[in-house]
Amino acid sequence: MDLKTSDRVTAPLRSTASNGLKIVIVGGFGVGKTTMVRSVSEIRPLSTEEVMTRAGVGIDETAGVRDKTTTTVAFDFGRISLNDQMVLYLFGAPGQQRFWFLWDRLFSGTLGAVVLVDTRRVEDSWYAIDRLEHHGMPFIVARNDFGGPAYRLEDIRKALDLSDDVPLIDCDARERESSKKVLITLVNHLYALSTAQESAR
Amino acid sequence: MTSRSVDREDPDRLYIVTGGRSRVDEDSIDIVSLIVSECDPTPGMQSEHVKILRMCTNPMAVVEIAAELGLPVSVVKILLCDLLDTGRITARHPTMAPAKTKLPEPDILKQVLLGLENL
Ligand SMILES: Nc1nc2c(ncn2[C@@H]2O[C@H](COP(=O)(O)OP(=O)(O)OP(=O)(O)O)[C@@H](O)[C@H]2O)c(=O)[nH]1
Ligand SMILES: [Mg+2]
Repeated sequence: MDLKTSDRVTAPLRSTASNGLKIVIVGGFGVGKTTMVRSVSEIRPLSTEEVMTRAGVGIDETAGVRDKTTTTVAFDFGRISLNDQMVLYLFGAPGQQRFWFLWDRLFSGTLGAVVLVDTRRVEDSWYAIDRLEHHGMPFIVARNDFGGPAYRLEDIRKALDLSDDVPLIDCDARERESSKKVLITLVNHLYALSTAQESAR
Repeated sequence: MTSRSVDREDPDRLYIVTGGRSRVDEDSIDIVSLIVSECDPTPGMQSEHVKILRMCTNPMAVVEIAAELGLPVSVVKILLCDLLDTGRITARHPTMAPAKTKLPEPDILKQVLLGLENL
């Protein structure tokens, strides 16, 4: 294990930290979510969970969970201190159905999302992409290379039915530089969307 | 600490931990709101409150507190509301994007980019 990373496990935030930000990494089982969080986080990834009781179910979501009294979703996260004030929290979130019932409660105000794709199981990502679009959450797609068939990115774009304006890149979640590039690509994309929106106003 | 599944959590314990409160204005607390202690624990204080006050001498996000305590985020939010009500902690809430557009300000994004590039 990287010594520099483990040294920082318990490091508290700066006393000036005041603005927490969120980015969510979604994808199917074993696609590398935790690995990506770990490779860029200044703390060892932590895990926690959220429950939603029946009483807390939003009106428009009730239909999907009417047979259950509670929904429990576990997720892990890491963090990056960006400057004296801003702290970015990275969440690795499972893409399964019940997770999306909790999206608004956990991830409203999220800057954007990364969809991790394993080319051996591209279809695992369809649902996540569909849900992100439904929530109006901007995202990029990163192909985690597990040494599967050497599809071209263009083929993957087609398989995902992804529009041309959504960035699609290769990554290796185990590599810090590569994961960093994924986050930078996302934030650049958000920046482009945001400035376009400002000038359209 | 690994978080326990609330399915296995004794309901009585959750009831006691939250003082029997079942509803709280959770909307005011985000999972990345940063919590700061404003006082030391006092004798007789509920143990979860004591732990939170000790943890938050430096700012700590709600999710980090939840992970440390091994409690679900919603239970932690209720505990935090009690402490907020009595002024024992303060919360630094995230600067949210305007609700409708959902896109953050370019200026904020520029700062995020800078921070990431300097990693
Ligand atoms: N070859 C390769 N292996 C990877 C990559 N990223 C992750 N892995 C490996 O894939 C396995 C699963 O990675 P995790 O990070 O645990 O995946 P996850 O998405 O968090 O999995 P769940 O939380 O169980 O859904 C681990 O053994 C990683 O070492 C990658 O980019 N390339
Ligand atoms: Mg994981």
